[in-house]
Amino acid sequence: MNKQGQAGTLESNDIHIVVSETIPGTGIKIELTSTVLLQYGTAIKRTIEQVCKHLNVNDVVIKAVDKGALDCTIQARVKTALQRAGMTKEA
Amino acid sequence: MRRTLLFLPGNNPGNVQSGGVFGADGVILDLEDAVSPLEKDAARNLVAQALQTVDYHGCETVVRVNPLVAKGAKDIKVIVPCEPDALMLPKIESAADVKEQIALIKSAEKPGQKPVLVMPLLETPMGVAHALEIALSDDRVTAICLGAEDYTAGLGTARSKEGTEIFMARAVVANASAAANIDGVDTPFTDVQDEAGLIKDTMMAKNMGFKGKLSINPRQIDAIHNVYAPTGAEISWALRVLQAIEEGKNRGTGVIAVNGKMIDAPIVSRANRTIELAKLLNLLEVE
Amino acid sequence: MKNAVGRDIPDIIEGFGKLQPYAGAFAALPDMKRQAPHIKYVKPGTNKVMKDLEAVFKAIPITDGMTISFHHHFRNGDGLLLQVIKTADKLGIKNLTIAASAIFPIHEELIEYVKKGVVTSLDTNYASGPVAKAISEGLFKKPVMFRTHGGRPRAIECGQLHIDVAFVASPTADTYGNISGREGETACGSLGYAYPDAEYADYVIAVTDHLVEYPVTPISINQSRVDYVVKIDYIGNPKGIVSGTTKITKDPVQLKIAQYAAKAIAASGLLIDGFSFQTGAGGASLAVAAYLSNIMKANNVKGSFVMGGITGYLVKMFEEGLFTTIFDVQDFDLDAIESLSKHDHHIEVDANLYASPYNSGCIVNQLDCAVLGATEMDKHFNVNVITGSDGTIMGGSGGHSDAAAGAKMTIITANLTRSRMPILKDEIQTITTPGETIDVLATEYGLAVNPRRQDLVEKFKKVKLPLFTIEELTEKAEKICGKPQPIRVSKDIVGVVEYRDGTIIDVVHKVIV
Repeated sequence: MNKQGQAGTLESNDIHIVVSETIPGTGIKIELTSTVLLQYGTAIKRTIEQVCKHLNVNDVVIKAVDKGALDCTIQARVKTALQRAGMTKEA
Repeated sequence: MRRTLLFLPGNNPGNVQSGGVFGADGVILDLEDAVSPLEKDAARNLVAQALQTVDYHGCETVVRVNPLVAKGAKDIKVIVPCEPDALMLPKIESAADVKEQIALIKSAEKPGQKPVLVMPLLETPMGVAHALEIALSDDRVTAICLGAEDYTAGLGTARSKEGTEIFMARAVVANASAAANIDGVDTPFTDVQDEAGLIKDTMMAKNMGFKGKLSINPRQIDAIHNVYAPTGAEISWALRVLQAIEEGKNRGTGVIAVNGKMIDAPIVSRANRTIELAKLLNLLEVE
Repeated sequence: MKNAVGRDIPDIIEGFGKLQPYAGAFAALPDMKRQAPHIKYVKPGTNKVMKDLEAVFKAIPITDGMTISFHHHFRNGDGLLLQVIKTADKLGIKNLTIAASAIFPIHEELIEYVKKGVVTSLDTNYASGPVAKAISEGLFKKPVMFRTHGGRPRAIECGQLHIDVAFVASPTADTYGNISGREGETACGSLGYAYPDAEYADYVIAVTDHLVEYPVTPISINQSRVDYVVKIDYIGNPKGIVSGTTKITKDPVQLKIAQYAAKAIAASGLLIDGFSFQTGAGGASLAVAAYLSNIMKANNVKGSFVMGGITGYLVKMFEEGLFTTIFDVQDFDLDAIESLSKHDHHIEVDANLYASPYNSGCIVNQLDCAVLGATEMDKHFNVNVITGSDGTIMGGSGGHSDAAAGAKMTIITANLTRSRMPILKDEIQTITTPGETIDVLATEYGLAVNPRRQDLVEKFKKVKLPLFTIEELTEKAEKICGKPQPIRVSKDIVGVVEYRDGTIIDVVHKVIV
């Protein structure tokens, strides 16, 4: 069974993250919808990637629905989703 | 100052990131009662991140962790290195409870980190009964707070706006805080629509010796601060005290009296605090 | 050529001719006579009541290329505009210009008629919803003309906006054409925005769902300008026209902003007997009114007038004696409509009197304070209220530029950041209101004051209000949200933003989809 995890909500200021384990070599694949896509799309993807790499997750598919979350929220939600998926150790 | 400590639900990004704009003396990022059991991990991570990046504009940052029996140790381990000013410890019933958690805090602190203080929350009859020992349990105990909702449930009575059912608990907690020379913070007033009721309740708390109130809504902040603002009469008195001390110093006399009352250290301390607060609130005439 | 706020304005746009660039808030002066419609004539015994809209079209007759106009007092409950266009389509008429004072989501079907060629040009003060989005994506070949609530009557009076036929949605009308907005299922209160159309259009049609025996009283728009009267079943949805009593916002951040704004007004020295004030109708604007109300009561201040879009809350302040007069150009709820009928000093005013810069003094000139919103603001205090930060049209000046120009102190209330959208940018998409008319920005963190107003800076410092420079706030916003990528828009122009005096302050570019 594929490891999967999700965190966050669809409320304003939040980001809903669903992570799925994938075969090694896939890399970090991010599918992003955002209320501020034009202004911050690149920055959001970069933040998500950084969190994954920091937690030693290099192969993952992430579906993100963003409602204007700040970096700290994005980082927290991605970390939580990966922890729930068992793809990284818990605190 | 701890006139107001504002609760912010720890899993709510909107609240967590904007908590610093309301002018409260402190914010309590809540991992306990405001967070559903299924989201404790999400809240812990969010608060941890927020402490590192959100500007709380001078508010004291407090995190209410979960009790040890409900994964509180995990909260301490993750939150403490993010350098909150203090942790609020819920449902504390003994000095041993406090010491156990302080040990965990110490082991979680980074080298050179400013010591994280604690604010035990007394929410049960046993906790209130042990108020003094809890207040004295460790140097890191910087305030004790009363949580009346759970306390009255423990007493088996109903909570009321008049507060008769918590009168004794308030007196005990206020007294213990004064005896230990720390702050006592009163329970929140839960009817957010009733501003007159809030003012009355805060006056009661102030008169009983509480230095502030827990708050559950930003709308309460100004009203509580107004109650704690020194009145014109209090300011005049404080100025007279400080003037008398100055004069006494200049003349070389030891004991000073104002209005026939002896001035000793606690009175000077109170006068100084009053003037500090008056300055902060722009209540003094600019020289 | 670059205008006085640094925006590039084309010298000529096809369909508009030569454009005058904005040169300052009070730079362009009029030098002409009023344009006038043909003298009208109706013999006694004439029946003005027509069978239906089609009959009106045939009687005039309405032909290709004409300009037809509508007011927006029914807001998102409007039912008339689309019915009239539908009738035009049925009769094979093409190339109409719509001069509607505002366009709402309810007008979505208009897009189809534009694609069909029934409507090929739009002149408005505000556009939101699918039509606005379509305009941004290039729906019209000819750019849409965006005016202000004061500029539209000016353009009508000066001849730049010539209306062939004005269709006036009338909550109540009598058989000879007197119109009232105060009675009927679709009652909307003041008909302020319809007056210039009634005054200057070649033909004026009262379209009502409530036809009464002659005479209707009191009269808003009178019979001497109205040529035909039509009764149809449906002109608008009452639920879309008025809300229940508008409530003050509960959002604590909005309340904080409102509090800073109210404190700024109190500190400005303007909040004394005779104080006058205008604010928007949303929950956040009402919060400012509420805080002001408390301060006025505490200090026993008796104000003079409130202006604007009127809601029950403002009526309450009036009834409590805080103001002596309500100048009403638009009503938003039932309490406001009722008050208009009940109180002598609650006065219906037309758009020209409210805000036109080319008369012997409009009401906004007398305002002490205007509290307004914004989607974006730059370091020069220039404000955008027409496009979002992504360049899509979602509004328009309405009375924004007018109130800002007239008021002694103009305050913009806005979240510094909201769901990762900073309000302050180095470059904003579109300028609707020039910074020289904006004095203060109130955010949840505190205030920024236009450097032109050192007098206000001193006053705010004295009461220790949290003050920042606009640069500091811009930086703060960027620190919280991160630096936004610049939004690219195309070079094609889809909208012309006219300042209240007829000069062009900016253009709106087509968005890149």
